Amino acid sequence: MASRKNVFSIILKVFVYLAMGVTVLSLAGILSYILVNGVKTFKWSLIFGKFSSQNPSMSFAIVTTCVTIFLTLLMAAPLSVFCAVYLTEYAKRGSKIVRYVRLATETLAGIPSIVFGLFGAIFFGTVLGFGYSILTGCFTVAIMLLPVIIRQTEEAIKAVPDLYREGSYGLGASKLRTVFKIVVPSAAPGIVSAIILSMGRIIGETAALIFTLGSVAQLPGSLLDSSRTLAVHMYIATRDGGAAGREVAFLTGTVLVFIIFLMNVAASYIGGKVGKDFEN
Amino acid sequence: MNLHYGAFHALHNVNLGIDENEITAFIGPSGCGKSTLLKSLNRMNDLVQTCRITGKITLDGEDIYGNIDVNMLRKRMGMVFQKPNPFPMSIYDNVAYGPRTHGIKKKSELDRIVEESLKNAAIWDEVKDRLKKSALAVSGGQQQRLCIARALAVKPEVLLLDEPTSALDPISTVKIEDLLLELRERYTIVIVTHNMGQAARISDKTAFFLHGEIVESGLTMDIFSNPSDRKTEDYITGRFG
Repeated sequence: MASRKNVFSIILKVFVYLAMGVTVLSLAGILSYILVNGVKTFKWSLIFGKFSSQNPSMSFAIVTTCVTIFLTLLMAAPLSVFCAVYLTEYAKRGSKIVRYVRLATETLAGIPSIVFGLFGAIFFGTVLGFGYSILTGCFTVAIMLLPVIIRQTEEAIKAVPDLYREGSYGLGASKLRTVFKIVVPSAAPGIVSAIILSMGRIIGETAALIFTLGSVAQLPGSLLDSSRTLAVHMYIATRDGGAAGREVAFLTGTVLVFIIFLMNVAASYIGGKVGKDFEN
Repeated sequence: MNLHYGAFHALHNVNLGIDENEITAFIGPSGCGKSTLLKSLNRMNDLVQTCRITGKITLDGEDIYGNIDVNMLRKRMGMVFQKPNPFPMSIYDNVAYGPRTHGIKKKSELDRIVEESLKNAAIWDEVKDRLKKSALAVSGGQQQRLCIARALAVKPEVLLLDEPTSALDPISTVKIEDLLLELRERYTIVIVTHNMGQAARISDKTAFFLHGEIVESGLTMDIFSNPSDRKTEDYITGRFG
């Protein structure tokens, strides 16, 4: 009996290490493959140069990506956070509204992004008349992000111990003050990480954006212009560019990885700072 | 007064007077309703949706379930909880949270209140050099005294303590008991406790709860030396509970 238990625990241990090894190796493999291929084709002109058919530079796509991230978060983040605050702090627990909103957010979270793209193209693009534009793209992706940020913000807020709320009420603080001075700041690290994660979603989005933001290779002059984000640039380059296009795609991938890395560093810095500000 | 949680009748015909500048202890086994009564006194039970109260609770003759400002009531009735619950911010901000809630913004005024409250809670000397450090970094006993300081900072008239020492070590417990005896001069104190010795040591009056009723209440001295009810005697001598 004892030895069978022993064998089992050894097998389990081997499996745990194996799982860890496979995960790390595949991540490292993908990353180094992209980086090696990206560095091989590295040319400053491909990153910062002006776009032409001879030099399919990604400079405009970098700008578009940054604008898209910023604008989408500006739309989605406040809305989602306030919605999550309502759901967790104001709505009665288990009330009909909460159940419907939860059902809606969960369904939205499961819908493929291309469906959002179709909706966005028709509603924002055609009905509201924004056409293929940054604005249409941002509205569409913002809607996609709502359930993601709402859900994670809810979890972060629920994780704030009731003891804090009681302590605040016990001192005669109003509900509003308790929620915004104690509960939300306590949940801030979780909320920040939810927003960072959704930035990753924006950067990686292609299907919804091809339908809405479009894929014109140009530096957008206004929010009503069409352009490409880096991920869309990568897709178009692979699809249309042949061997040279694949090289461009690898370099774009490398830049994407680099941007995401920078973002994570910034996020952990901001996250730490938010927490600290609250403590001080 | 009577109190129901949904269909559960948690407090039966409770009728009790609490006197000024005294320590009143609520004792009794778990689930007997003593914390429930304590939380009714500053209407923390309002947070429980199914809670329903009939009867009257008055503070200086005013019905606290009548037409009053609940936040002002809670300001007058400071509360300290079973588990120390300092907010995840600095020691200074913890104590200043209450006064800021009630509109005090001037730095010098806040400084004064924070220092005075921490001194009154006998923790000033231990934390005066790290007021800007996180309140979560100090020990459990210090956190609880910090919570008392936080409650004192809004200048309450009554202090409600819900088993304030049950999560603390004996030395911290003694410190808090000494502190309560000092605070009695200026505040009316109600303390829920599981610790018979604690009730006997520090309280002036005691109320013994069982199954949502007050079995006996009166001078602590009388209750502990000469209980009139058999159940009280059984409980305080440790035959059940």
